[in-house]
Amino acid sequence: MAGNVNHEYHILEPDIWPFVASVSALTFTSGMVLYMHEMASAHLVLGLGIAGLIATFFGWFAKIVKEAERGDHTPIVQLHMRYGMILFIASEVMFFVGWFWSWFDFALFPSELSDVVGGTFPPAAIEYVIDPFSLPLLNTLILLCSGTTVTWAHHSLIHGDREGLKKGLWLTILLGAVFTAIQAYEYAAAPFAFGGNTYSSAFYMATGFHGFHVLVGTIFLIVCLVRTYKGHFTPRQHFGFEAAAWYWHFVDVVWLFLFIVVYIWGGWGAAVH
Amino acid sequence: MATTADSFQAHTEDHAHDADHKPGFFARWFMSTNHKDIGTLYLIFAIIAGIVGGAISGIMRMELAEPGIQHLQWWAQFMGGSADFDTALHMWNVFITAHGLIMVFFMVMPAMIGGFGNWFVPLMIGAPDMAFPRMNNVSFWLTVAGFVSLLFSLFVPGGTGPGAGTGWTVYAPLSTTGSTGPAVDFAIFSLHLAGAGSILGATNFITTIFNMRAPGMTLHKMPLFVWSVLVTAFLLLLALPVLAAAITMLITDRNFGTTFFDPAGGGDPILYQHLFWFFGHPEVYIMILPGFGMISQIVSTFSRKPVFGYLGMAYAMVAIGVVGFVVWAHHMYTVGLDVNTKMYFTAATMVIAVPTGVKIFSWIATMWGGSIEFKSPMVWSIGMIFLFTVGGVTGVYLANGGVDDVVHDTYFVVAHFHYVLSMGAVFSMFAGFYYWFPKMSGRMHSELLSHLHFWGFFIGVNVIFFPQHFLGLQGMPRRYPDYADAYAYWNEISSFGYMLMAASMIFFFVNIVYAFVAGKKAADNPWGEGATTLEWTLSSPPPFHQFETLPVIEDHHTAHDHMSKPQPA
Repeated sequence: MAGNVNHEYHILEPDIWPFVASVSALTFTSGMVLYMHEMASAHLVLGLGIAGLIATFFGWFAKIVKEAERGDHTPIVQLHMRYGMILFIASEVMFFVGWFWSWFDFALFPSELSDVVGGTFPPAAIEYVIDPFSLPLLNTLILLCSGTTVTWAHHSLIHGDREGLKKGLWLTILLGAVFTAIQAYEYAAAPFAFGGNTYSSAFYMATGFHGFHVLVGTIFLIVCLVRTYKGHFTPRQHFGFEAAAWYWHFVDVVWLFLFIVVYIWGGWGAAVH
Repeated sequence: MATTADSFQAHTEDHAHDADHKPGFFARWFMSTNHKDIGTLYLIFAIIAGIVGGAISGIMRMELAEPGIQHLQWWAQFMGGSADFDTALHMWNVFITAHGLIMVFFMVMPAMIGGFGNWFVPLMIGAPDMAFPRMNNVSFWLTVAGFVSLLFSLFVPGGTGPGAGTGWTVYAPLSTTGSTGPAVDFAIFSLHLAGAGSILGATNFITTIFNMRAPGMTLHKMPLFVWSVLVTAFLLLLALPVLAAAITMLITDRNFGTTFFDPAGGGDPILYQHLFWFFGHPEVYIMILPGFGMISQIVSTFSRKPVFGYLGMAYAMVAIGVVGFVVWAHHMYTVGLDVNTKMYFTAATMVIAVPTGVKIFSWIATMWGGSIEFKSPMVWSIGMIFLFTVGGVTGVYLANGGVDDVVHDTYFVVAHFHYVLSMGAVFSMFAGFYYWFPKMSGRMHSELLSHLHFWGFFIGVNVIFFPQHFLGLQGMPRRYPDYADAYAYWNEISSFGYMLMAASMIFFFVNIVYAFVAGKKAADNPWGEGATTLEWTLSSPPPFHQFETLPVIEDHHTAHDHMSKPQPA
C-alpha cells in the first residue's frame, strides 16, 4: 500500500482470514469437546468449525496464489517463504519426535505391572503384528517411488516441460492416493484394535498422524496440479510447487522411520499376521 | 462530517500511499497486518490476562492468609458448583491451574514476544514489518482463542466441580482418569490453540530476523533484544510441538481409549512428565530470554555505555537455549529416576549457571564506570538483576538432585520460580514497558508514578515470596489450600505482601491514564545519547509504515556499539 517504497518486502492490506481462522479453530476444538462428551449440538459446532477451517485454508491460500501471480512475491519474499516452510517442517519433525518418544519408551521399557503388556514388546495382548514385509514394504516402495516422480515433475518444470510436470504430478498424486488406500485397508485388516495397550495406542497414533500428513501433502500436490493446468509456475518462480515437494519428502522420511522403527523393529520377534 | 471524510479521502488519494494512512477501526484492529498494531493488541491482551491471573493469585493469598479453609466454599458456589468440601478443594486446584496457565501462556509470552517482540524486532533491525504480516495476526487471534477456551473450561464440570484442576503441568493421571469432565479438554485445547499461535509466531520471527535486517546489519551487529527473540523463537519452534504431541496423547487417553499414560494398558504417567518437561524447561527460558534482551538494551541506554561483552552476551543466550533442551528431568527428581540420571541432570543443569552468570556480570560491568541515570526503566532493570540473581541462586540449590529430594514440591520451589518469573520476567516487562512506552504512545509517562510503582512492587513481591523460602524449608507443601498452624506466621506476612504489590499496580494504571491525558509529547529519543538502536531514529509514535527507505548501518555506527562512533574531543 505504500508509495515511495524503496524496498521489496511484502506489505499487506488488512485481511479478515486470520480472524476467521482463529474463530474457526476455537469452534472446531470446542466442537471436539462437545463431541467427546456427547453433549448437545456437538455435530453442528464441529461441522461449523471444520467448514470454517476449510474455507479459511481455501480463501487464504487463494489470496497467496493471487498475490504470487500478481508479482508481489519478489525474490526476498520468496526467500521468506522458503524459511517459513523449512521452519514449519522443523516444528512438524518435533511433533513426530513426541510420538516416537512414546514408542521408544514403550518398546525399550515394557511394563511389568500391566497384564496386557506383561513385560514384553510387542505386549502380551498383541497376538499378531502386521507383517512389515508385506503391505508396509509395498507402501515404502510406493512412497519412495512418489519421491522420484515428484522430482521428475520438478525437473520438467525447471526445464519448461509442462507435459512432464503434469505427468509427474499426476503420478505422485496417484501414488499418494494408493498409499492412503493401502494404509486404510491395513487398518481395517489389522490384527489388533485401536487402544487398550501401549503398542496399539502408539502404533495407530503415530501412523495415523503420518497418514493425515500424507493426505495433507496429497491435497497440496493436487493444488499444484490445478495451478499447473491454470498455467501457473514458471521455470524460475514456482515456490508453491517446491513447498509441496519439500512437504512430500518430509512425509516420506517420517514414513521411513515409521517403517524401520515401528513396523520392523517394533514388531521384531512377534508372530506376523 | 461528510466534507471532512471526503477531504480526508482526497488527501489520502493525493498521497495515495501515505506512510501514515491507517485503515478504519474494524479493519485496523481485527484484520491487522501491521506489526505495531498487532504488538499493541498483544500488550493490551497481556495486561487484561495479567489482571485476571493476578486477581486469581489474590484469591489464593486470601485463602492462605490463615490456616483452615476461608472462602473456597463461597467460590465453589459462585462458580456454579455445590458448596461441599470436595468442590471447595477442587476450586483451589482450579485457581492454581488458571493462575499458572494464564500467567505463562496469556500474560508473559504474549507481552514479551507478541507485544515487545512484534513492536521492536522490526524497528530495531530496520525492517518495514514482519516477514509474514498476515500470519502475524493469526498468531495473535489464536492466542485469544486459547484464552477463550480456557475461560470456557471454568463453566463446565472438571473433577469434583467446575473448571480444570490439573495444575498448569496437566499431569496424568489427575488430568486423565482423575478429572473426567469436559473442562480439562477445554483447557488442553486451549494449549493447542495458544501453542499453534506461538509456533507460527516463532516461524515469523526467525524469518524476519534472518531475512529482513537492514543493509549492513550483520548478525553480530544486531541489538541484543533481537538476539534474545531469535533464540526464544527457536526454543518455541522446537519445544512446543512436543507439548502438542503430549497433550494430544492426553486427549486420546481421556476420550478414545489409548493407554499412553495409563498403567493398566502398560502406559506410564512418567512418560507424560518427560514429554511435558522437554517442552516445559525450554518454556521457562522462553519466558526469561526476551527479558534478558530488554535488560541489556536498558542497562546500556541508562549507563550511556555499550553493553559489556556484546558477543558473550549474545552467545550466552544461545548457550542457555541449547543447554536448556537437555536439563528437563531436573523437574522430576522425585519420580524415581536412576541415580546416574539424576547425576547427569544435576551437572547439566548447573552448567546453565555459567552463561547466566556471564549475563549478570556483564550487566554489572556495563554499569561499571557508566554515567548512570536512574530513570524508571533503569530502576526496574536493576531490580530485575538483583532479584533474578536471588532466584538464580536458589535455582542452583534446586539443581542438585539430593537437595531437591528434600524441598521438591514445597514452597521453596514456589519462591524460587516466582523470583525468576514474577521478579525476573515481570520486572523486565515493566522495565521494557517504561522504556518503550514513550516510543509506542508518543507520550511521556510520569517518572514519579513509575518510581512509586517500582518501590511498591519491589517491596510487595519480596514480602510475598521471600518468606516462602522459609515455609518451604520448614516443609510446607505446594498446591494445598490449608496448612499446619506452624506455617501461619509467614503465610500471613506473605499475604500482606500481596496487598502491597496489588496497591502498587494502581500507580501503573494511573500512570498510563496520566500519560494519555496529560503526558508530555515524547521526543523521538527521550533517553539521550545512550539509546542507540534504530527505533529511536523514528518519530514517537513511529509512522504506520516505517523504513520505506531502508536504513543503512555503516561500519562506524553499529547498532549496539556507539563507542565506535566518533567521540567529541
